[in-house]
Amino acid sequence: MDPILTVEHLHKEFDGYTVLDDVNMTVNPGEVVVIVGPSGCGKSTFLRCLNGLEKIEDGKVLLDGKIINPTGVDIAKDRQKIGMVFQSYDLFPHKTILQNITLAPVKVQGRNKDEAVREAVSLLERVGLSNKKDQYPRQLSGGQKQRVAIVRALIMHPEILLFDEVTAALDPEMVREVLEVVLSLAKEGRTMLIVTHEMAFARAVADRIVFIDGGRIVEEGRPDEFFTDPRTERARRFLDSFEY
Amino acid sequence: MFDQKIIEMLLEGIRDTLYMTLVSALMGYAVGLPLGVVLNVTRSGGLKPNRIIYRILDIFCNIIRSIPFLILLILLIPFTRALVGQSYGSTATIVPLVVCAAPYIARMVESALNEVDAGVIEAARAMGASNMQIILKVLLVEAKTSLVTGATITTGVLLGYSAMSGTVGGGGLGDIAVRYGYYRWKTDIMLVTVALLIIIFQIIQNLGMKVASGIDHRKK
Repeated sequence: MDPILTVEHLHKEFDGYTVLDDVNMTVNPGEVVVIVGPSGCGKSTFLRCLNGLEKIEDGKVLLDGKIINPTGVDIAKDRQKIGMVFQSYDLFPHKTILQNITLAPVKVQGRNKDEAVREAVSLLERVGLSNKKDQYPRQLSGGQKQRVAIVRALIMHPEILLFDEVTAALDPEMVREVLEVVLSLAKEGRTMLIVTHEMAFARAVADRIVFIDGGRIVEEGRPDEFFTDPRTERARRFLDSFEY
Repeated sequence: MFDQKIIEMLLEGIRDTLYMTLVSALMGYAVGLPLGVVLNVTRSGGLKPNRIIYRILDIFCNIIRSIPFLILLILLIPFTRALVGQSYGSTATIVPLVVCAAPYIARMVESALNEVDAGVIEAARAMGASNMQIILKVLLVEAKTSLVTGATITTGVLLGYSAMSGTVGGGGLGDIAVRYGYYRWKTDIMLVTVALLIIIFQIIQNLGMKVASGIDHRKK
């Protein structure tokens, strides 16, 4: 089976300061890879390099074996295949929930509006928000907004979904409703790359854990192994920091 | 209080003032809106940063905006005459008003667009939206409240400037105030024109703010 996403020797700098150093990774169809690591280790930047939101200094990112070039002519097409959900939801404040979801399929993909609306409504039903379709983002709670943001990514039928700390801005009681949606997506076999600080969730959802520290992949392995018996001292220290 | 002739003149003044203000605002936006979009898009951190284009437009806007309107009015007389055929009257006044308003509007538009949350733009970009789609469907839509507020302020400024053009025969209420109130010492006529300007200003301002808050979905 060919990998959906391949990252080779990715090197990223900000003003001469190395953020990511020789990162290599493959993600196979249906696989859920969870990236963990201390704040500022480069995990979010890594996700942003994958869909060209950040330029990379060296190395390459391949989607279905084709190089992603942030300044190339195909970047817009490639991005449609990579769904992304952000920490701060980033819904369009002046559009209704339905408009938020149908903007890209209709305007970017050129799909039929009625068809897009039908799919949006059924996806909203799935995350329990179909009654909110005509409201504006400000009328929704954080957890609801984030579920809408997930629907907004799903309607594009992406080959891979990127989740960038999607519960980091949420109140604790709203974290679960969002994570349950992500978990249900994992169960139906979606390919996902997830950055999170929720260790229990990471363990439950991941096929593979990737631990990044200082811009490098330090350790990689199955979740049960990583969380019970990490191989590296740095991973051990990181996991210890979650216990009181 | 006033005879028929004066009342007719005042009504004509109102008509000319509204004509100058609204037409110059519309034409100012025809130039200023795209200019503001280009400023926002080419600034560093914009959708398509371009230092050279940004600096040229930036300096161009600053130069025009730093010339006092009254001076601009006089400087542009040859240009106005070439364009309209005469340098006095309300239609002629529209020329310097548009020249003055366009860079002002460009700045208003630029700063309105700058306020759009970068995360929202990034989200649109991540969905594969082109720069044009982001400008039309995201930037201008999400900035609409600020844009309407800016348009209201601009129209108010143009109302004031159109009155100022009365000093050089610009027509409208300002012209009446200068000719009757200042040169002929008819204070009552001057006061009436001032009152009319205040009323028009209030109507523009209230209307603009009402529209702006009506279309604002960010808070309530």
